[in-house]
Amino acid sequence: MAEQDTQWPLWEVFMQSKSGQPYKHAGSVHAADGEMALENARDVYTRRNEGTSIWVVPANAIVASTPEEVGSFFDPANDKVYRHPTFYDVPEGVKYL
Amino acid sequence: MPELSQLELETRFQKKIDDNLYIEPKDWMLEKYRQNLLRQISQHAHSEVVGMLPEANWITRAPNLRRKAALLAKIQDEAGHGLYLYSAAETLGSSREQILNAFLTGKAKYSSIFNYPTLTWADIGAIGWLVDGAAIINQVMLQRASYGPYARAMIRICREESFHQRQGFEILLTLCRGSKDQKAMAQDALNRWWWPSLMMFGPHDKDSPHTGDMTKWRVKRESNDELRQKFIDRTVPQADFLGITMPDKDLKWNETTGHYDFGEINWEEFNQVVSGNGPCNRERMNARVKAHTDGKWVRDAATAYANKKRNKAA
Repeated sequence: MAEQDTQWPLWEVFMQSKSGQPYKHAGSVHAADGEMALENARDVYTRRNEGTSIWVVPANAIVASTPEEVGSFFDPANDKVYRHPTFYDVPEGVKYL
Repeated sequence: MPELSQLELETRFQKKIDDNLYIEPKDWMLEKYRQNLLRQISQHAHSEVVGMLPEANWITRAPNLRRKAALLAKIQDEAGHGLYLYSAAETLGSSREQILNAFLTGKAKYSSIFNYPTLTWADIGAIGWLVDGAAIINQVMLQRASYGPYARAMIRICREESFHQRQGFEILLTLCRGSKDQKAMAQDALNRWWWPSLMMFGPHDKDSPHTGDMTKWRVKRESNDELRQKFIDRTVPQADFLGITMPDKDLKWNETTGHYDFGEINWEEFNQVVSGNGPCNRERMNARVKAHTDGKWVRDAATAYANKKRNKAA
């Protein structure tokens, strides 16, 4: 971890580009508090109307999966082909299925 | 999960890069990869920030409101680009504080092109057209660099930069269609900015120390000389359209190679500017340090205000 940073805490920025769309990670900003983080995120990431709504989250509050365990972590879904519609046979002529 | 040996980790890392996958901040990475990227991304960030200075020189003297608004927007973009890149650099385990200190104490470098002065309004045109034009060639390549946060920052930056180059070209086109003096001013700007723009691509491949590893790690996908040639091939016809000429008597179309031949770059000048003896090196650093120092009370006030609000809420 980097040493003490006097440039304020780090916030991760998530943005909704259009009403109804999911929020996507846009980048990060430094700010003294949440309100300032929102304003900074607006100035840095929405200069061309890229967003209709912004979330800012303290970077140290994010819990992430670890890359080393990517295999075992996602393993439970790997062999469950029956979760996909293509697993099932649909007789010819049957519609709307 | 069994512990992997250093060799296995390195092999996996390189295979990921070779498979055109991306390295993300928490992934295992070669220490030299991390260091080289941190150096490159932070230098890139500093360049965006210093790049604001030569242009800021003309904000109050822009010839009309349209030009002033465009120039302000461009400079604001450069600040944003610096911030995207600082964020990307921070994911490599260095703090914003450390990165800025390396810059303000002169330990970290920035692109030498910004150590040239902007003497006339036409220089603002030349910067947009040539300097941003050269930067775009380099940055388009970097959009697919192997480090995820860097590649994503580049995609965003490239999307925003195309207006920079167009506004520069438009400034020069207006001057070239104007009076004799205005056209001469455009020619003079081209004379002064052409060679430094070519130097932006760095030394010839045979003299470029970092190219080997950066190519292997898919950060650099095209060599300095290839990128430079691409820039020349694209830009010369644009100058023809403007009706001004590059200050290079050896520049001519080569039917056989399908590229422009060009004269030798003055590498002595390049080395001088890189090592701190360009026309504006000291001025640029002083301006940056002054801005940082003068801004301290704002940072302190914002911190105090945030603390006050937090204490009230508690």
